[in-house]
Amino acid sequence: MNKKIRKVTTHISQNEVLLFERSSAGKKAYELPPLDVPEVDPAKLLGAQARQDLGHMPEVSEVEIIRHFTRLSTWNYAVDHGMYPLGSCTMKYNPRVNEAVARLTGLAEAHPYQPERISQGALRILKMLSEQLIEITGMDAITLQPAAGAHGELTGILLVRAYLESLGNPRKKVLIPDSAHGTNPATAAMAGYAVENLKSNAAGMVDIASLVAQVNEDVAALMLTNPNTLGVFEQEIHKIAEVLHAKGALLYMDGANMNALVGKTRPGDFGVDVMHLNLHKTFSTPHGGGGPGSGPVACKKILEPFLPSPVVVTKPDGTLGFDYNRPQSLGRVRMFYGNFGMHIRALAYIMANGPDGLRQTTEDAVLNANYIRKGLEGAYDLPYKTPTMHEVVFSDHIQSQKGIKTGDIAKRLIDYGFHPYTVSFPLVVHGAIMIEPTESESKESCDMFIEAMKDIAEEVEEHPEFVLEAPHNTRISRLDETMAARKPILRWKPQSEAVGK
Amino acid sequence: MRYLPKSESDREVMLRQIGAKSIDDLFAAIPPEYRLKGDLKIPRAYAESEIVEFFRDCATGSAQGYATFLGAGAYSHYRPVVIDSLVSRGEFFTAYTPYQPEIAQGTLQSIFEFQTMICELTGMDVANASMYDGSTGAAEALMMAARLTGRHKSVVASSVHPEYREVITTYARYQGMPISTVAYSKNGRVDLSALEKGIDNETAGVLVQSPNFFGAIEDVAAIADLVHKKGALLIVSIAEAVSLGIVKPPVEADIVSMEAQSFGVPLGFGGPYCGVMATHDKFVRQMPGRLVGQTLDRNGKRGFVLTLSTREQHIRREKATSNICTNQALVALMCSIFMTVYGREGLKDLAKQNLAKAHYAAGEFKKAGATLLFEGAPRFNEFVIQTKTDSYAINDKLLGQRIIGGFPLKKFYPDLGNASLWCCTETTAKASIDAAAKQVAL
Repeated sequence: MNKKIRKVTTHISQNEVLLFERSSAGKKAYELPPLDVPEVDPAKLLGAQARQDLGHMPEVSEVEIIRHFTRLSTWNYAVDHGMYPLGSCTMKYNPRVNEAVARLTGLAEAHPYQPERISQGALRILKMLSEQLIEITGMDAITLQPAAGAHGELTGILLVRAYLESLGNPRKKVLIPDSAHGTNPATAAMAGYAVENLKSNAAGMVDIASLVAQVNEDVAALMLTNPNTLGVFEQEIHKIAEVLHAKGALLYMDGANMNALVGKTRPGDFGVDVMHLNLHKTFSTPHGGGGPGSGPVACKKILEPFLPSPVVVTKPDGTLGFDYNRPQSLGRVRMFYGNFGMHIRALAYIMANGPDGLRQTTEDAVLNANYIRKGLEGAYDLPYKTPTMHEVVFSDHIQSQKGIKTGDIAKRLIDYGFHPYTVSFPLVVHGAIMIEPTESESKESCDMFIEAMKDIAEEVEEHPEFVLEAPHNTRISRLDETMAARKPILRWKPQSEAVGK
Repeated sequence: MRYLPKSESDREVMLRQIGAKSIDDLFAAIPPEYRLKGDLKIPRAYAESEIVEFFRDCATGSAQGYATFLGAGAYSHYRPVVIDSLVSRGEFFTAYTPYQPEIAQGTLQSIFEFQTMICELTGMDVANASMYDGSTGAAEALMMAARLTGRHKSVVASSVHPEYREVITTYARYQGMPISTVAYSKNGRVDLSALEKGIDNETAGVLVQSPNFFGAIEDVAAIADLVHKKGALLIVSIAEAVSLGIVKPPVEADIVSMEAQSFGVPLGFGGPYCGVMATHDKFVRQMPGRLVGQTLDRNGKRGFVLTLSTREQHIRREKATSNICTNQALVALMCSIFMTVYGREGLKDLAKQNLAKAHYAAGEFKKAGATLLFEGAPRFNEFVIQTKTDSYAINDKLLGQRIIGGFPLKKFYPDLGNASLWCCTETTAKASIDAAAKQVAL
């Protein structure tokens, strides 16, 4: 281990087999209460539909379950361990009070179809979160139904489509800058639009002249991430909106990077017509190893009639309820009302911050990114010199002279006790190193990260082969991903069956 | 602000280092006319104690202390305590998608185990790492069938959850995928002759739910025969996962789209839940969603990675199998722990209790004078009754006794009059069933 590594040291890590390899007949981890109604004979009630056995489902005891999953958990890196600077993912601290309130019995055990009379508290949460997100984005209306960011994108583009259809022509295509997330083009395709690529200019921003040339009556919308995936604020955003609006097209904003804007500026004010938010990024709901997320979609008045059904309304008697009578609605995008558990957490986060806390959060996020940018300039190539906001994109241009790629530097960073940055994205930067520290990092932790990155840059010069072999201190070394894809093993099978096949 | 680890002097030092005079220098890219001049109009910062108090107030009077007969796509099962103690470990819930496998083996191995258990329960070869939920999963399954067959039409049974069908309508509208609906027969199951007529040589996928929205278990083998004869694919949606403990898995299906909420996921007023898709090996490359596979590291040690990602949006962009990115990993972990707690024997015992309670309730309701609808089809833990009185009026009376009655079907099936859908799980007490039986007679 490099003596310069300050953040971590090695420690004993428990091995653990698969659940199925720990199973043996007769072990159990449950006890059902005695049945208070007569026993039934499944074979008699279900006939041919009765199931005979449950195959290789595990049989283990409770203590083994606790140890199994606890051991597994120790193999993960998490925000709770330290800086997790995955660009565009906004890995910020997940406040514990959010978890506590989301688990309150009256909320956690509320059935989505329980009478509205006993759901007033839940409805109040939906209404308050809606109002506060509308204020934060500067929009007029919102739906909390989408389950995640990409689901919100689909909802947003369907809103655009429903609106344009109501005017008589849904139009044919959606413009997407080359720096966009992969979800944007996939979304446009799902909404039945052709995708047209929009090139960025030398500063990494939308090129207004190209935009003017490309926008015509066939264009339904531009999907724009702002700040974009280079962390750059589209300075001419209002002009972009004007160009689109002049031709009857709309501006969709991917709100993935809203952590750079909250409390400082509002998309609704600078011309955005519709946008989604990622509650699991900006609003601190946990990423959970890949989900759940939540992707509310906020929009301007003109799009409101088309929002998914139902919406929360105040009824004549002053109580809250759901309104399903929405004749122009684009329909439903998910059953029930969305990921309510995430709505609770996001509201708790906004309440904990207040207006000044939200603004300070944004300022600290931008401060950290710029501090890291300053600290690493020179050691790493900075392809775009444009001012950056909450994240900064370097490239492996210098290190690749020695045969070291962004992915290798990332692996070495693991040895230094950090989760890697985002590797090879955005695609507009060859060998991208995309760093988003978020506001959750102290000055000391930013310093330690800068130091680690600089040490790695030195190692690349002196011992490139050592970096190429990283990580050195993890419980497993680099995995053979090609083998995984060529001969997929996607489930466990008992030895006999696995060999037989 | 208690979540921010900086002092004012830290900020000053950092600004100086950057070469900025004030924090506003870093926001100079935002045109001045669009910079917020004052505070956002949201309430002041709350203390943690105030936040807890606010949400406690919201929680009061909701759900707690009520017996419930609601199912209809969201089921009330007991959640073993170990679930929350394990998913509350920060190593699980504050981690991201496992893109760096060397430091994400915990998440990866647990997903691999989840995929395996879903395969065991559904009888399919391969399952993905999860989808948003059962409704969007069903829509994605129909789109997958269209890709696999090169055909464009879909047929959906009217006994599929009505909200699933609404979501499917939204998804299908711009995919050039016309959807037709097939009615249910007298016993609540799909009308097989109508189904046969409904499928033609342009039909890509047929979607049924089993147990269906009325609680009836479909004859999946018979349906599969009809569907396969016409060269279409059969998708079986399962909304009540606990049924798999005692009901034959839909092995004749081509794709199984499941909502696994019943496996230890809180009702939570409708979400987050856990969709998951399973299919045969030969179809895996058209399946959406993340997949975890087993492989070896440089020293020959077993490990797990995300794999077959060339199906996904970050590689394929507009040509991807779906735009899905985020999934329900933490909720899938809840399901995995639940499936492990009950395991091979417990899932059967648990399902048997559900079966017994619903059977008892249906008998008592009938004795009390309600009419049982759709008799003749096997059912799991839900059944439909027809009453003389309006189902909402019955529920109003029950609510006074702190009982949440069955789901009034007129909301989605106006033809069914006062019919309502009742669900009993292992948590439903005999005393509540007996109390409810008294009201449904009226």
